[in-house]
Amino acid sequence: MSAIATAPGSALFQDAQAAAAVADPGAPAASESPAAQRRVGEVILEVSNITLSFGGVKALNDISFDVREHEIRAIIGPNGAGKSSMLNCINGVYQPQQGRVLFRGEDVRRLSPRTRLRRMAEMGVARTFQNLALFKGMSVLDNIMSGRNLRMRTGLFAQAFRNPWWSPAEREEIAHREQVERIIDFLEIQPYRKTPVGRLPYGLQKRVDLGRALAMEPKVLLLDEPMAGMNVEEKQDMCRFILDVNDEFGTTIVLIEHDMGVVMDISDRVVVLDYGRKIGDGRPDEVRANEDVIRAYLGASH
Amino acid sequence: MSASTRDGDSGDHKETTVDQTFPRLLLAHARQRPGAPALREKELGIWQTLDWAGLAALVRELAHGFAAAGMARGQHLVVIGENRPRLYAAMLAAQSLGAIPVPLYQDAVAAEFVYPLQNAEVAFAVVEDQEQVDKLLEIRDQCPALRRVWFDDPRGLRHYAADGLGSIDGLCDDGRAHAMRHPGWFEREVEAGRAEDVAAMFFTSGTTGHPKGVVHTHATLIDRAQAGARFDRLTHDEEVLAYLPCAWIGQNIFSYAQWLACGYVVNCPESASTVSIDLKEIGPTYYFAPPRVFEGLLTSVMIRMEDAGALKRWLFARCMALAHRVGPALMDGQPVGAWERFKYRLGDLAVYGPLRNALGFSRVRVAYTAGEAIGPDLFSFYRSIGINLKQLYGSTETAVFVCLQPDHEARSDTVGVPIDGVEIKLAESGEILVRSPGLLKGYYKNPEATAEVLGADGWYRTGDAGFLDAGGHLKIIDRAKDVGRLRGGAHDGAMFAPKYVENKLKFFAFVKEAVAFGDGRDRVCAFVNIDFEAVGNWAERRNLPYAGYTDLAGKPEVYALIRDCVEKVNADLAQDERLAGSQITRFLVLHKELDADDGELTRTRKVRRGAIADKYRVLIEALYDGRPSQYIETAVRFEDGRSGSVAADLRIEEARTFSPTRRAA
Repeated sequence: MSAIATAPGSALFQDAQAAAAVADPGAPAASESPAAQRRVGEVILEVSNITLSFGGVKALNDISFDVREHEIRAIIGPNGAGKSSMLNCINGVYQPQQGRVLFRGEDVRRLSPRTRLRRMAEMGVARTFQNLALFKGMSVLDNIMSGRNLRMRTGLFAQAFRNPWWSPAEREEIAHREQVERIIDFLEIQPYRKTPVGRLPYGLQKRVDLGRALAMEPKVLLLDEPMAGMNVEEKQDMCRFILDVNDEFGTTIVLIEHDMGVVMDISDRVVVLDYGRKIGDGRPDEVRANEDVIRAYLGASH
Repeated sequence: MSASTRDGDSGDHKETTVDQTFPRLLLAHARQRPGAPALREKELGIWQTLDWAGLAALVRELAHGFAAAGMARGQHLVVIGENRPRLYAAMLAAQSLGAIPVPLYQDAVAAEFVYPLQNAEVAFAVVEDQEQVDKLLEIRDQCPALRRVWFDDPRGLRHYAADGLGSIDGLCDDGRAHAMRHPGWFEREVEAGRAEDVAAMFFTSGTTGHPKGVVHTHATLIDRAQAGARFDRLTHDEEVLAYLPCAWIGQNIFSYAQWLACGYVVNCPESASTVSIDLKEIGPTYYFAPPRVFEGLLTSVMIRMEDAGALKRWLFARCMALAHRVGPALMDGQPVGAWERFKYRLGDLAVYGPLRNALGFSRVRVAYTAGEAIGPDLFSFYRSIGINLKQLYGSTETAVFVCLQPDHEARSDTVGVPIDGVEIKLAESGEILVRSPGLLKGYYKNPEATAEVLGADGWYRTGDAGFLDAGGHLKIIDRAKDVGRLRGGAHDGAMFAPKYVENKLKFFAFVKEAVAFGDGRDRVCAFVNIDFEAVGNWAERRNLPYAGYTDLAGKPEVYALIRDCVEKVNADLAQDERLAGSQITRFLVLHKELDADDGELTRTRKVRRGAIADKYRVLIEALYDGRPSQYIETAVRFEDGRSGSVAADLRIEEARTFSPTRRAA
């Protein structure tokens, strides 16, 4: 039978880890256990006693929290609370003066500064940026393909000089393209494959940015304000994609977000920062009830 | 598994045209041309082909799966989704075992499914994706008969534990198991099908009251599909792009009934938003669209043209002027001078050819438009650049094909000649009556409504008013019940055909919808809906800032623009003495777009006059009692199901009218 009739399954991430966490997409939902809940697993990322200062300014002061596998963890806080700095400490862009970040038992601080970023990416940490960092003149396809960079194995020579009969470089490119196409399909951006990213509206650019991060097949996805500047409809779409990524691929998600409605709706647990200090941590309803949080962020009633 | 569909005695009957059914047509194609493509779908950016043998095997599996789930002859299967190969296969599978597929509009809100599901006591549904599953689960309490729901795309549905919910993959597995236990069952079931069995049911969108289920048999659908195919000499080499809702009989005839009758290739676009790209890639040879699609395509071309360089714009204008002059004549096979022919040939190289290519119409041999009146400018634009665009007339009840335009006789104001098997006569009232082998069997469980339209003598009342012109072409004026009379005033007793006036307004790119009032009144007034894209673009070009639809619609500049359109229509109406009374005296620009979700349009985007008159009663009063403006607040439903309200103070303006010009003999 032709490919049409085969399941349009979501074998996006084929490594054993994700496959184990993700049930067979073809299996009828009814046959699963009735309480088919998302399975939040062990602690995958542990941040303990992080202190980061720039000169005399303490951006982060003795912050500790953990992230469990497959969960959606939100970091919230007012402007300048240190949220982006926190993400930068997690993926190794910043080196905190004190404390440590353990990712799957490996201390991020111990990694050699020269290869730290690459190493983190290889271990499966991907991120998107608050201010988009896409290649504006390149097509959507090429931008997402650039996220596959780490997974390309064939060398420059093999890429440049391709043998028409048997070319590992070409075979590899086809495999990568297939992955990229799955992401395009997943994010529903098929009409824009060949469009230069700079010509797309902002909401779609954000989606492409997410697509590029997904192309790395991350275990942990760090999203820095994925919904900033979006209208209601775009936010809804983005929420759905984040939930779908978490659900379909079991990707652990750490996100920074300002929209309280979004945070309370989609996250499993929330960390609240205020001027570099942690003032709350827990389930959305717990955080919402926390006096400090209400005072600092949600605003005290006057 | 595909082999078993090719042997057996099921196919021997197909040469005898007596008992043709869709499953038999399928098996005949699978036997005669097993490797020829039947369906294509774009998956992950690549067109994937399903051949006739593969399709037959898939249909067989699904039919066995349905049987295992307890589906029996005469039961209904609801099908909801975009055009997807497996949904098509599901319809064929249901027909194979004598069940009746009922396609529903995929963009309908959940509540709109309740009536059809209850009415037809539907126990089974095959749907495309999570969106449709959610809608069905939402209304499940109201439709207790609904036992099983299968979905095509499992995305997002993994954690759904609803009873009876399953994937089509699972259904295929069940089908294979059932097939092992019941060899030869499928062939026997197909064999048991008769041409006069019910093949499908289509719910008409219905401008009033509940939708009605239009029941068609294999015989009616196949007869009309073949008559249409003979008229345009369609072969199995045609390429068709299926992108309109399959619940609309127009799409269903073109991409299902004629597909099986002719054995051509139906292509399913990647998604609704990629249709224009897919159109270009596929290059269909046989194309069907309502006028609004052609209008949308033309608008996008014109907007891009305005951004082009001066030289290109000049060339485009020159070539289009030439095409306007000689193109339609060339298409109609009339004599054209050699020099003009030569210039047209050059224009074809420089502009028309590339333009056809950009539109995706390079290979179009026959293109049809139907469903609504098409603007004369729009119609002649496509014909002038060498696209064989024609009109047809028909409805759900007549299985589409009643009148078609022959290749060289396409006009924008008629809908063609009656084709094979069709008889037409006019009732006293001017209503068109039709008799053909493609008429509906009846409305489902509604003998009163059936008796209203279908007489014992076999004539079907179309509800359209019109007449046959000198050349034998049918001309439609309006819905028979909508044609009214003006009462009092200068034009007492004059005929008022609202649709005729509205269509004239809608032929302007700036006007998206219009609703004209006048029946039983002394003059005609109208609501106008601006086209947000076209007017927005126009405003940007003039550095006119606006904050959204409502704001733009209320701008004095926009009012002036629309008044211009209204006055042009008035001047045009004044040309004909009988219609001079229909000139629009006062109008307003609505603050919100008329929308099917708010009950103002049908799902096929036809104006629901009654609902609008009720909802905007204050505005109509304001139009007639001479108030200069009127405040209104309207409830709206957003696409995500939430509701809100839009409020505005609408200005009402006068438009100039013209005294009727008496044409010299």
